[in-house]
Amino acid sequence: MIEFIGGIIVLIGAAFSLIAGIGLLRLPDVYLRMHAATKAGTLGAGLVLIALAFEAQQLEVAARAFAGLLFLLFTAPIAAHLLGRAGYLSGAPLWSKTRFDELADKYDADGRKLAGTPVEDLKQGVSGNNEQVTDRDLAR
Amino acid sequence: MTEFGPQFLEWSINIAYVAMMISFALTVFRLLRGPTLADRVVALDMLALLGIGFIGVFSIATGEYAFLDVAIALALVGFLATVAFARYVYRGALAARSGTSIADEGDDS
Repeated sequence: MIEFIGGIIVLIGAAFSLIAGIGLLRLPDVYLRMHAATKAGTLGAGLVLIALAFEAQQLEVAARAFAGLLFLLFTAPIAAHLLGRAGYLSGAPLWSKTRFDELADKYDADGRKLAGTPVEDLKQGVSGNNEQVTDRDLAR
Repeated sequence: MTEFGPQFLEWSINIAYVAMMISFALTVFRLLRGPTLADRVVALDMLALLGIGFIGVFSIATGEYAFLDVAIALALVGFLATVAFARYVYRGALAARSGTSIADEGDDS
């Protein structure tokens, strides 16, 4: 019975990996491709890890597998967010059928901050990086 | 039922290998084709995920669970590589917008 459950989960994970690969090939722009790679790809690898935890039937192996799964689930959105932001700022083209680009013209000329953001908010920014950028902007 | 279980698992593992290899080929195609740098970075991220899946399937097939540590290490390295590449793309974009080279942007990181 354990083999059945493990085999089915492995099959589902492999199917998600395949879907992610097809999406990476077929989708029209970098943001949609990133959507496929991040969600379907993470799910594929994660399901294989879950199947491994089922198959092993040892507590330490299962614990490590779930630790790896948690790590994947935590880091995938961060990586995708950074990539999407970097891609947008580097001017990666949107799909020709994109209907709304809510970020259009919202970044200032340098691409460092969103236009219309109050300077006070930027000053209390999350990192030192933001503060330095704000100082430079104020000096201008 | 009792003999069929291990055989089903074996089939599943073989099918999973094939599916992941196809996905690998498609991802490498996207990595080579581009067209933008961000596309390539996305493909590299996907390659790391596929590597984790491969190691997981291989670990199930052989019963050698020590490979799980390799998968976790690969996840860590893949994440760091993606963050570093995203930073690289971002810095390149900033430099292109302000008309300076990347080397001049070293003061704000």
